[in-house]
Amino acid sequence: MNLKLKIWRQAGRKTKGQFQTYSLEATPEMSFLEMLDVLNEKIIEDKGEPVAFEHDCREGICGSCSMVINGQAHGPMGMTTTCQLHMRHFKDGDTIVIEPFRARAFPVLKDLVVDRSSFDRIIQAGGYISVNTGQAPDGNSILVNQDDSKEAFDAAACIGCGACVAACPNASAMLFASAKVAHLAFLPQGKVERQKRVGRMVAQMDKEGFGNCSNTYACEAECPKGISVDNIAKMNREYFSSSVGSQKD
Amino acid sequence: MSWITNFLTSSLGKKLIMSLTGLFLIVFLVVHLAGNLQLLYDDNGVAFNTYAHFMGENELIQFLSFGLYAFILLHIIQGLVIWVLNRRARGVGYAVSNRKSNSFASRQMALLGLLIFFFLAVHMGDFWYKVKFTDQLTMVPIEGLDGELVKDLHARVSTAFSEWWIVVIYLLGLLALSLHLWHGFQSAFQTLGLNHKKYTPVIKTLGRLYAVLIPLGFATIPLYFYFIK
Repeated sequence: MNLKLKIWRQAGRKTKGQFQTYSLEATPEMSFLEMLDVLNEKIIEDKGEPVAFEHDCREGICGSCSMVINGQAHGPMGMTTTCQLHMRHFKDGDTIVIEPFRARAFPVLKDLVVDRSSFDRIIQAGGYISVNTGQAPDGNSILVNQDDSKEAFDAAACIGCGACVAACPNASAMLFASAKVAHLAFLPQGKVERQKRVGRMVAQMDKEGFGNCSNTYACEAECPKGISVDNIAKMNREYFSSSVGSQKD
Repeated sequence: MSWITNFLTSSLGKKLIMSLTGLFLIVFLVVHLAGNLQLLYDDNGVAFNTYAHFMGENELIQFLSFGLYAFILLHIIQGLVIWVLNRRARGVGYAVSNRKSNSFASRQMALLGLLIFFFLAVHMGDFWYKVKFTDQLTMVPIEGLDGELVKDLHARVSTAFSEWWIVVIYLLGLLALSLHLWHGFQSAFQTLGLNHKKYTPVIKTLGRLYAVLIPLGFATIPLYFYFIK
């Protein structure tokens, strides 16, 4: 299949970027990243600078392969990361526009690679629990209700890829932050820091320059792990009860 | 900063203000429509003028009306602040925009809000301003007030809605309102954290019914005066 690729090229953080067009022969069996690998080999043969993009596991669980394909984070298939997207979902002669995730809190480092360490700082602010060191505790020593466990696990499925921010018209990180808050709020292990967690994470999220959620739910639609916006309502509840309802500052 | 300013200026607190003022305005619209439907009585405006006189004189209503103006302004200003911050948060826009992942109404709340604001300026300039600050309205006697004369707002409405372009402005304003509510009603509950497996589907359906029926109810008034009166 013959493809026309319009790819965002940007040499560095401070330099101005622009789209560059490439023609490429691909096969339907290739994954999207394999297609980019083939493109890069071709560019290297031509003594050019290969397109920088992030990838690690290529199994849909690490959340590295951040890019916006034809206006959609991780491309046109629902519940699919870029690495799990295959070229059979495109047609011969297609033009594919590939852009980096766009958010002030995710500055472009090079080409399609953005700096998502703002997510790490949100986690550092409160997305953790305190546990005793020493011997591994007995597996069933803390009882967890089956329904809560399922809900917590659904929220924990977030891989922190940032597609929610990329898809949101406001570049809001609410789906990411709320998945982490909800995940820990459902479980007894998360209770120790519960009062402080959400306030700290929201404060960090605002400090990083993410936008305000306006409930368009584009995040849920484009999330490769199907994280539900119910988590956002849960985070709102956690936030209001911990700041208005709590005795602490 | 104290906890309250921290709370209200955070991204979630800002949205809480939008949600609460929005819900207040949603309640107001029901009251406003209920009162205004009296314009449809075929009684030469007696019922409506009596009601309008009561609304203009009653002190509790006057007090509440200032709350209403304040909430409308707060909703608009806060909405604009959020819009500017959200634009800034994106920075560089996308070359290809995706319209499949969310609805037109949810994306364009700020634009719809501004259209409603312009409509509101026309609407209040035509009725509220003329009643409160001018002597343009004719005075008519109504029953039960011992011959006291009241401003004939019914006649003013009737005159305004005999112009086709005013009717068109109203219908467009109400369309913008309908779309704004289509997203806003349900969104207000989500922002408050009121999300529930059993009740959220009910809230969504109620919100959509409200977004269609309330503007439709208001639309009957200009249409009635233009086509039937």
